[in-house]
Amino acid sequence: MMTMENKTTILDQLDQDVLETVAAQDPQEAGLSFAAKAAMASVPVALGLMSRQAFGQSLPQQIKDVLNFALTLEYLEEAFYQMGVGKASLIPANVKPVFEQILKHESAHVALLKSVLGADAVAKPAFDFTAKGAFNPFNDYATFLILSQGFEDTGVRAYKGQAGNLMSNDMILTVALQIHSVEARHAAEVRRIRGPGNAKPDAWIEFAMTNAAPIQAVYNGEDNIMQGGVDVSTVTDRPVEAITEAFDEPLSKEAVLAIAGMFLA
Amino acid sequence: MVKLITGSNPAAPEEGQGRGALNRRGFMKQLVGSVALMGVMSGCDALFGLDDNGNNNMTVDFGSGDIGVLNYAYALEQLEAAFYIKAAGAYFSGATDEEKRVLTDLRDHEIVHRDFLKAALGTSAIPALEVDFSSINFSSRNSVLGTARVFEDLGVSAYNGAGKLLTNPTYLLLAGKIVSVEARHAAAIRDLIMPNTAYFAGDDVVDANGLDMARTPSEVLGMADPYIVTRVSAANLPTS
Repeated sequence: MMTMENKTTILDQLDQDVLETVAAQDPQEAGLSFAAKAAMASVPVALGLMSRQAFGQSLPQQIKDVLNFALTLEYLEEAFYQMGVGKASLIPANVKPVFEQILKHESAHVALLKSVLGADAVAKPAFDFTAKGAFNPFNDYATFLILSQGFEDTGVRAYKGQAGNLMSNDMILTVALQIHSVEARHAAEVRRIRGPGNAKPDAWIEFAMTNAAPIQAVYNGEDNIMQGGVDVSTVTDRPVEAITEAFDEPLSKEAVLAIAGMFLA
Repeated sequence: MVKLITGSNPAAPEEGQGRGALNRRGFMKQLVGSVALMGVMSGCDALFGLDDNGNNNMTVDFGSGDIGVLNYAYALEQLEAAFYIKAAGAYFSGATDEEKRVLTDLRDHEIVHRDFLKAALGTSAIPALEVDFSSINFSSRNSVLGTARVFEDLGVSAYNGAGKLLTNPTYLLLAGKIVSVEARHAAAIRDLIMPNTAYFAGDDVVDANGLDMARTPSEVLGMADPYIVTRVSAANLPTS
């Protein structure tokens, strides 16, 4: 059932046409796996109830903006994994449980954020995971993994960049942090799966992955070694690559939306 | 060197709250048995805890405000770094090249975190803590990876729970930069234990709402207690 109570999406600034093509797929009719359907069935309401009790009918606009930004990214990830997990013979059986688990979490994040935002939740955009033909993720497993890694690493950076905007509400800040670290677990696991056997690549981001990243914008700035005004290379004897790995960097909302915007239908 | 902790912290510790005699004079190591980490401020056995002036300095107090929270993080990073220095110094029996590489990387990351927090805290930093890994069999894969999993999951939950205690957004962002790396560690260790399964972000740590764990400092320190000999106190940390 299509619901149209939401008049805007957070990606409007990138593509006004999105308004005309709000995706309204019913997950129960979309040929999803059992795990996906099971994830859909869990409805997290506790946080939403608590939030409404704390704020009455409306959250502060600053927090709503962050949560709708997050919801948009979670919509993107959920849709991506719904299609990937649902596509026969795309994901090898021996790693399928990984992606079913990720899908379960992304669906839970969508449900949780929608429950907090209530009627203020943005609508789900329509996505094009080929990025207008640049990628073929649902017919090519290697491409699926590349985009999966890119979305997860972007998600980590996106939540990190917004934490400061949630400091007025301890509960919502904590929830955002709890999602943030789950996205980081996802990113790490996908990175490990991308390599065969003992050649598994690092689960952490070394330098800015220049010349190694399909979407370089996902990794720009990850080579930073200045933290809190301290040049970390001057206070430790560990190599510089370890310093860059030891700190994940944030991304601005604009930079994240530029990445996500590539995948709007 | 103390660039991070300058000026505008509204909750800088009072003399004697997070520093003072303890830091100047070092700290007394716990000499016997294991100790309860919380609530020992007034319960120290004076026999082991008197300095030249007769002051009890057995307990390392993290301090208050943002400084206290960063010292709490520094304590956990000290624990993790010490663990991986041992685990990557002599690998467990039968460690694969990949397992060695993961342990070495984690050692380096935790040392970076430790060294950075110490430098950032400057003169407000707590001293080096004494650890006790006698319960860990460093030649056993199960023991090393199992302990690593506990420490990484614990670190993630500690940072997740401590974010709301911070008042300075710069410190919150720094904590965020570290916690996602801890989460990457946790996933990698879990993937070594049960490869290619849901265990990397298992239902034992991620709940039905898709949320990782968040623990209070007292919960975290209670779990870390068996591995930390030095008495530490989070009694002056903020609670919200």
